[in-house]
Amino acid sequence: MFELLLRPFAAVGNLTLAGLGTMGRAWTLFSGAAASVRNTDIWTPHLVPQMARIGVASVPIALFIATFTGIVMSLQASYTLTGAIPLYFVGTLVGKTMILELGPVLTGLILAGRVGANISAELGTMRVTEQVDALETLAYDPLAYLVVPRVLAGVLMFPIVVLLAISIGILAGWFTALQLLEMSSSEFVKGLRLYFAPWDVWFAAIKSVSFGAVVTGSGCFYGLHTEGGAEGVGASTTRAVVVACMIIVCLDAFWAAVLL
Amino acid sequence: MIRLVDVHKAFGAKQVLRGFSLDVRDGETSAIVGPSGVGKSVLLKHVAGLLRPDSGSVFVDSQSVPDLDIGELNRLRRRVGYVFQFAALFDSMTVARNVGMGLRRIPGWDGKRIAGRVEECLALVDLEGMGARYPSQLSGGQRKRAGLARAIAPSPKFLLYDEPTTGLDPVTTAVIDRLILRMSDELGVTALVVTHDMTSAYRVADRITLLHDGRARFTGTPSEIRAAGDRVLRGFVEGDPDLFFASGSDDEMTHEGGGYQNGA
Repeated sequence: MFELLLRPFAAVGNLTLAGLGTMGRAWTLFSGAAASVRNTDIWTPHLVPQMARIGVASVPIALFIATFTGIVMSLQASYTLTGAIPLYFVGTLVGKTMILELGPVLTGLILAGRVGANISAELGTMRVTEQVDALETLAYDPLAYLVVPRVLAGVLMFPIVVLLAISIGILAGWFTALQLLEMSSSEFVKGLRLYFAPWDVWFAAIKSVSFGAVVTGSGCFYGLHTEGGAEGVGASTTRAVVVACMIIVCLDAFWAAVLL
Repeated sequence: MIRLVDVHKAFGAKQVLRGFSLDVRDGETSAIVGPSGVGKSVLLKHVAGLLRPDSGSVFVDSQSVPDLDIGELNRLRRRVGYVFQFAALFDSMTVARNVGMGLRRIPGWDGKRIAGRVEECLALVDLEGMGARYPSQLSGGQRKRAGLARAIAPSPKFLLYDEPTTGLDPVTTAVIDRLILRMSDELGVTALVVTHDMTSAYRVADRITLLHDGRARFTGTPSEIRAAGDRVLRGFVEGDPDLFFASGSDDEMTHEGGGYQNGA
């Protein structure tokens, strides 16, 4: 009976210990990776290929999502504003929302699935097939070889992909306004410029840099801590994506509170 | 020389090594045998500096492996080749690129010199002309040989083999065993082979050690192993679980070269 009462406390204790353990391992990995940046001869040859894999290859899916987000934003703004507020506010709403929120966050969440899962599965497979150990025995620093180019590529490429997605989302919203809402280009642009501040673009870029670090970092962390076989790779991939998504929404709130 | 002294290692609550000691003399091929899951690969990873012992010492070429900084460890690793159980070839690279990986870390080696050495190593393991293939296009035996070529490419002084014949047919096993012998004869390497394949151990090893209960249970030459009466050793060699798992009064004894010693 007494043991039954203690069970919830034990569960909380175990959860806390597991959380602290994960934080400790993450600190070890990322401080090690930061120290490994000095091994430039190992990671520089892999940076551009990783930028292509993580950034360029993600452009189509990011633009696809941004296009439909722009269309929906435009239609919903018109539905909400009609009769109460001048229709050129559709441009304001599409522009502000795409730049400040939907562009960075939706792209971040999609790339958490595409990039985070890819990295975690790749490194997880390398871990369970001893390829990571093989790197070490061949005198390579695995953090410099595997983690540094991926995280740097994420940090450099996410803002570019996000800014492209924002542009395409706004263009899609604009096109929708012209074709379906019977608005003129000058009306849409008037709304778009109404509350536009250049700082908004910087805000989106800063958020994207942090999302790039989180998505690639989470993929690397869970991939390199994979245990077991195929099941372990699946579990670490799921964890990498879920944790990256959770951190992205938390960071989104954090940056809004700190920077706006 | 490779020397392990009173090595202890645990993973969580599971104590894998409980005071393992072993000397591998220069130029010698030593085999560590034992059933799957007793810690043979763990032992090998200590020698390569992939794992640190909880206590005890690991020396390679008179250097204490756990005490080396990363720069010293990497320099040592150029003298230690590691052949992995399932080859651990990098899937995204061709065989030639895999074999040349270790060479790219050696200062002063240019592309031409690396390509030449890669061809040489592939020829040594009878994989001439296979350099352009990817690991997925190789058979199990070819993958093992490619893994061996990668390990010998930087001309190591020591070679560590982790279950080199696991999963291979008897003929391919004999081919790999011949290669191990060839590496010792032609390259003069000091080799440590972990295996559960007694036929292979008899064929390649100068001395064989049975790893049992985290310790070196018995060490001897192949002929001493064949003649030994140690119950656990006989159980393992003859594949007799009743003999191997039966408890007896000699459970805490180790035996080296004909004489019993107190348990490590």
